[in-house]
Amino acid sequence: MRPPRTALGRMLDSDLGRSFRRSPLTVLAAVVALALILGAALAPLIAPADPHDPASLNLMNGFTPPMTPNAFTGEAFWLGTDDQGRDMASAILYGLRISLFVGVAAVALAMLIGVTLGLIAGYVGGWVDGVIMRVADIQLTFPAILVAMLIFGVAKGLTPPESRDQMAIWVLILSIGLSDWVQFARTVRASAMVEAQKDYVAAARLIGRSGAAIMLRHVAPNALGPVLVIATISLALAIIAEATLSFLGVGAPPTSPSLGTLIRIGQGYLFSGEWWILFFPALTLLALALAVNLLGDWLRDALNPRLR
Amino acid sequence: MASTPSADPENSDAAAARQVLSVRGLVVEIPTRAGVVRPVDGVSFDIAAGEILGVVGESGAGKSMTGAAVIGLIDPPGRIAGGAVWLDGARIDDLGPEALRRLRGKRIGMIFQDPLTALNPLLRIGDQLTETILTHLRVSPAEARARAVAALAEVGVPGAAQRIDSYPHAFSGGMRQRVVIALALAAEPDLVIADEPTTALDVSVQAQITALLRRLCRQRGAAVMLITHDMGVIAETADRVAVLYAGRLAEIGPVRGVIATPRHPYTAGLMAATPSATGPGARLRQIPGAMPRLDAIPQGCAFHPRCPHVMARCKTEAPPPFPTEGGAAACWLLAPQVAR
Amino acid sequence: MTAPLVRAQRLVRRFDVSAPWLDRLLAGEPRRLLTAVAGVDFTIPARATYALVGESGSGKTTIGRIAVGLLAPSAGSVEIGGVDLHRSRDAGAVRAARRRIQMIFQDPFASVNPRWRVGAIVAEPLVTAGRAAEAAARVPDLLEAVGLSPRDAEKFPHAFSGGQRQRIAIARALAAAPDFIVCDEPTSALDVSVQAQVLNLMKDIQAQFGLAYLFISHDLSVVRYMADRIGVLYLGALVEEAPRDLLFASPRHPYTRMLLAAAPRLDAFGREAEPPQGEIPDPANPPSGCAFHPRRPLADVRCRAERPAMIAEGDRRAACHAVEEGRG
Repeated sequence: MRPPRTALGRMLDSDLGRSFRRSPLTVLAAVVALALILGAALAPLIAPADPHDPASLNLMNGFTPPMTPNAFTGEAFWLGTDDQGRDMASAILYGLRISLFVGVAAVALAMLIGVTLGLIAGYVGGWVDGVIMRVADIQLTFPAILVAMLIFGVAKGLTPPESRDQMAIWVLILSIGLSDWVQFARTVRASAMVEAQKDYVAAARLIGRSGAAIMLRHVAPNALGPVLVIATISLALAIIAEATLSFLGVGAPPTSPSLGTLIRIGQGYLFSGEWWILFFPALTLLALALAVNLLGDWLRDALNPRLR
Repeated sequence: MASTPSADPENSDAAAARQVLSVRGLVVEIPTRAGVVRPVDGVSFDIAAGEILGVVGESGAGKSMTGAAVIGLIDPPGRIAGGAVWLDGARIDDLGPEALRRLRGKRIGMIFQDPLTALNPLLRIGDQLTETILTHLRVSPAEARARAVAALAEVGVPGAAQRIDSYPHAFSGGMRQRVVIALALAAEPDLVIADEPTTALDVSVQAQITALLRRLCRQRGAAVMLITHDMGVIAETADRVAVLYAGRLAEIGPVRGVIATPRHPYTAGLMAATPSATGPGARLRQIPGAMPRLDAIPQGCAFHPRCPHVMARCKTEAPPPFPTEGGAAACWLLAPQVAR
Repeated sequence: MTAPLVRAQRLVRRFDVSAPWLDRLLAGEPRRLLTAVAGVDFTIPARATYALVGESGSGKTTIGRIAVGLLAPSAGSVEIGGVDLHRSRDAGAVRAARRRIQMIFQDPFASVNPRWRVGAIVAEPLVTAGRAAEAAARVPDLLEAVGLSPRDAEKFPHAFSGGQRQRIAIARALAAAPDFIVCDEPTSALDVSVQAQVLNLMKDIQAQFGLAYLFISHDLSVVRYMADRIGVLYLGALVEEAPRDLLFASPRHPYTRMLLAAAPRLDAFGREAEPPQGEIPDPANPPSGCAFHPRRPLADVRCRAERPAMIAEGDRRAACHAVEEGRG
């Protein structure tokens, strides 16, 4: 068999690529995730209407079922409208943007804090390690959602009411990120501890490199292996965390709703017949979280040297 | 298992002692992405009762793989792809997993390199010993325990009757390896396979363990396959030695003969490269290059790129074993001259 | 007489192996100290090889790390060219002294960073010393000096075998032009034929670059090939020290004799000689008096009670009451 010549071909032919192709579930998950991400990214271009613009909303359009022309205005919407006449399809696309943005940013923040603290704890050891790990332990005793709500409440108290809606996103990112760093820290710490014992670190100390240089240039590249897998699974959890917070009313506001907010709006109308307001955002959220989760599972198994 | 007469015609000058283990043309294959590799490629040898055969080779030569093949412990997708293995005249390489399991422990005892992983850290030594004895011998539990204490004493564990109830972590490395030997011999096997049994031990303890192994196996008339990379251990312990290179048998013969007058250039190179043989001033003679990787074995004789006596024939044809005094060596230098 | 390049005096190193503080408090246990090195001194002249031989628990690796500056001694000193590595106040002199020392480690797979390219690994000492500009010229020379090709600088370590990785480590050690290299079991993880190549290489570069070696090993046959002078360690203390030929021809200390007798030799066919007695005691719980006495049938009251001192006899020394009293 001739070796593949293009870069994409080589990627697909690698160990990782073969493992990917072998699992139809993973391929499906990747396709779904890709579709949702593209949809979110291109939302301003492909959404039929802008759900955030109050001027474009026509209250008379409210509660229109999917694919059915509205009794008053005659407009039809793919996925129906909500109570304010917002096109559900657009709302979902824009909501996806918020969900993905918050998810990715929160994981990035958690990774930054967790990896840094983990490296320091693992390499330096001693009482520094002890302090960091105790902080981590204390953090873990609080459920993530509770921590997020706490931070949210504090932030809400500190910001003036006009900017609260805009601040909401950043507060969300901060609270989810701050509650999620521990698992990164622990894993990186374990790897860093192992690497710190190896002779190449002793050789670097012998050459005269500073501790920070050794941590960054020698230990970090070898200790970061598991981080990618954790990050992917964390992403799924972060998306759900954001949805939960929004559902509870302490996340994205109704003026720029995320999927969770839409679900919150929709749940009030579920039993009065307007099922689509809840159903479609929930389905989208489910698809996104599941797809990301499956990808994370596959990545973890594919990268595990023992299972190969 | 009933013994059937062994059917290997090559054993023409077999001694009166029965051959406990016979291996003929053993081939092990492992499919990889780069193709099929053969960590063992046509290895043949015999071990008689009470005899210790040293299987020596450097890393990648296939010695551990050969031992694993004999007891049927090759991890899939690797498999035995050719040749045959006879134990006491009956074939064992084509047995099913259940039959193999019964074979191990009862008729084949195994000693591995790391005593820490060979012993279950959660079980007392006595429990592990009695479990083995009860599984393979028909004795009462009380008798099994008595035998276990005797076995411990025999391998030189002081205060056996008290220490039999200790856990493995309470023993030092050397003591643990003695316990492993006791475990391996507990069911009175016919064949003992020891894979690097002394490599992880200190030098002074090494000498004790090899002496113990020799004494016990001679006493019981067990055949021993001693796998190691250390030629010195072989010189002290083994009766015969088989030298492996890149999965093939380079040379086999009595220990004294092979070490004093090696016939294969690789064996000769190994002797010259070993420091203990050289006087303090002389430079160690090194063999240029390195053992080929399994997926890049040269055509013809696997050693020819590094051989000081390479001929044209060596590059195209792999030599078969030619007879030497008491053994054989696979080298074209030994081929009988073509009659003119 | 010129001063020796390396002088170690009364080196002691203790490790705290107590149980965690809270457990100790609750159980009322005292602190436990493990004496890994119990007072060792030796000197190494420039361009010479001094070997430290011992089994596990002898403290040889710890001494190596103290000599190279990675570990501080609990007591005693190590001087390189007259500068005390650990206690000198002159920071500049200490820095200069440290630059004269390098180390080669035992495990070739763990001693080079698998994520770095070979060229970067070998150049690191130069880059750290602020001489990055020289690196581009020196790296190819260094690689060739250890028997590798300059094109290997672009590759990663996993493309190389154990013996080749050890060569990379040697090239790295040579990069900063040291005078003194501590070699901690450099060939123990290598096959015999590869070991021969690496040992020959080490001898060649010693002559070429004028290096002093502290060669640490458990293998007497390797030590015989490499060393000029040999110190035998047991449980943290030197029991005997002598020039190489003297030591092998007439070992004085019973432990040295035991080591020599136990070492596997190619000409020792099936010898039925009595193997050595006993095992190495736990360093955290050493025997009283002479640490070796439990394994010596001829040990007497003095051996059990009193630790023997090193007695010099010409060019050699030994720490044994029997030797001192002429009973050996």
